[in-house]
Amino acid sequence: MENIIKYHIKNVKKGDHAAFEEIVSFYQNKVYHIVYRMVGDSHEAQDIAQEAFIRAYTNIHSFDENRKFSTWLYRIATNLSIDRLRKKKPDFHLDAEVKGTEGLDMYSQLAADQALPEEEVESMELQSYIHKEILSLPPKYRSVIVLRFLDDLSLAEIGEILDLPLGTVKTRIHRGRELLRKKLRHV
Amino acid sequence: MNCEESLALMHLYLDGDASEEEAQQLREHLKTCPDCNQHYRELKQTESLLSGAAYELSAPAGFTASVMANLPKEKKRVGYMRWFRAHPVITAAAVFFLFMFTSVLSAWNSDSSVSVSKQEGLIVENDLVIVPEGVTVKGDLVVENGDLDIKGQVDGDVTIINGDLVEDPGAKVNMASVDNISGEYQEIDRIFGWAWYHLKELVTF
Repeated sequence: MENIIKYHIKNVKKGDHAAFEEIVSFYQNKVYHIVYRMVGDSHEAQDIAQEAFIRAYTNIHSFDENRKFSTWLYRIATNLSIDRLRKKKPDFHLDAEVKGTEGLDMYSQLAADQALPEEEVESMELQSYIHKEILSLPPKYRSVIVLRFLDDLSLAEIGEILDLPLGTVKTRIHRGRELLRKKLRHV
Repeated sequence: MNCEESLALMHLYLDGDASEEEAQQLREHLKTCPDCNQHYRELKQTESLLSGAAYELSAPAGFTASVMANLPKEKKRVGYMRWFRAHPVITAAAVFFLFMFTSVLSAWNSDSSVSVSKQEGLIVENDLVIVPEGVTVKGDLVVENGDLDIKGQVDGDVTIINGDLVEDPGAKVNMASVDNISGEYQEIDRIFGWAWYHLKELVTF
């Protein structure tokens, strides 16, 4: 897979539009996942994820082909998410509360049309609860926790994405894990 | 091992960083310390809840198309190259016409002096080409950038480019000079007619 991506990137560097489409469709879910977990709102997540791909496209010449493309792309995505969180910091906590209920809205819409099996409803509620709890973490813990559970990223890769030394990544994971333990232990 | 050490070890263990020996020490401690045991179970549960929530979310439908529509325009050169590769016949035709048109145009611009197809018996005076009385010109006659006065006969087609057939009211012969041409008579004044003529020439070659 990594080789196919490398091949597409070579073509993108030559100015080939179509090759970039392959890259977007391959990484769209992962990038969207990271951004959505970071900002919590689906509209905003779509906006930022799109921006991340556009930045990757316009800066593709600064990408070193000897490195892993996903690391570079996730780095753009997390940086954009963190920037967005910083900008709206004053009302962030209020926002997070409201936005966390989105999953529930979607669920109630679904439920109106067709009744879901009970376990599925339970799992959707649980998922949206976990999502809300991840969002309630301070961004520096949130980013390591989100990346840690995506795509089997190694701790070293997470460090590279977030531009942090390995030791700091580990400390933040331990701290984030403790914070979440207190929130999730009664589930 | 005290509880503080045990706590640090739990995280190492969950990160996959604990050695076999450390893991064994931790297990021993958890057997004897209910608080640490509880703590560890909560951490373990948190981990499994998080990895359960790590199922990959899907980007909204049409996401890729939306990104592609919002990209800055690609380099023009590559865009043209792709189009050319996709339409080789049109490209070849376009190149052909481009060359033809430019060569025809430059010919139009450069030829401002009178020129006549080479035939014997023709008289050229300034911009006027005369077929003298009693002379029969054999073959097709082409006059460019000049007028033509036919007093004699032309045994073939006559083409005048950027010029006129002289109609001298004083000479009756000239009134009927078109009749003195055995072939077709053609007068070309405008650039498109002229270019068309050249194209036809090229093609009939």
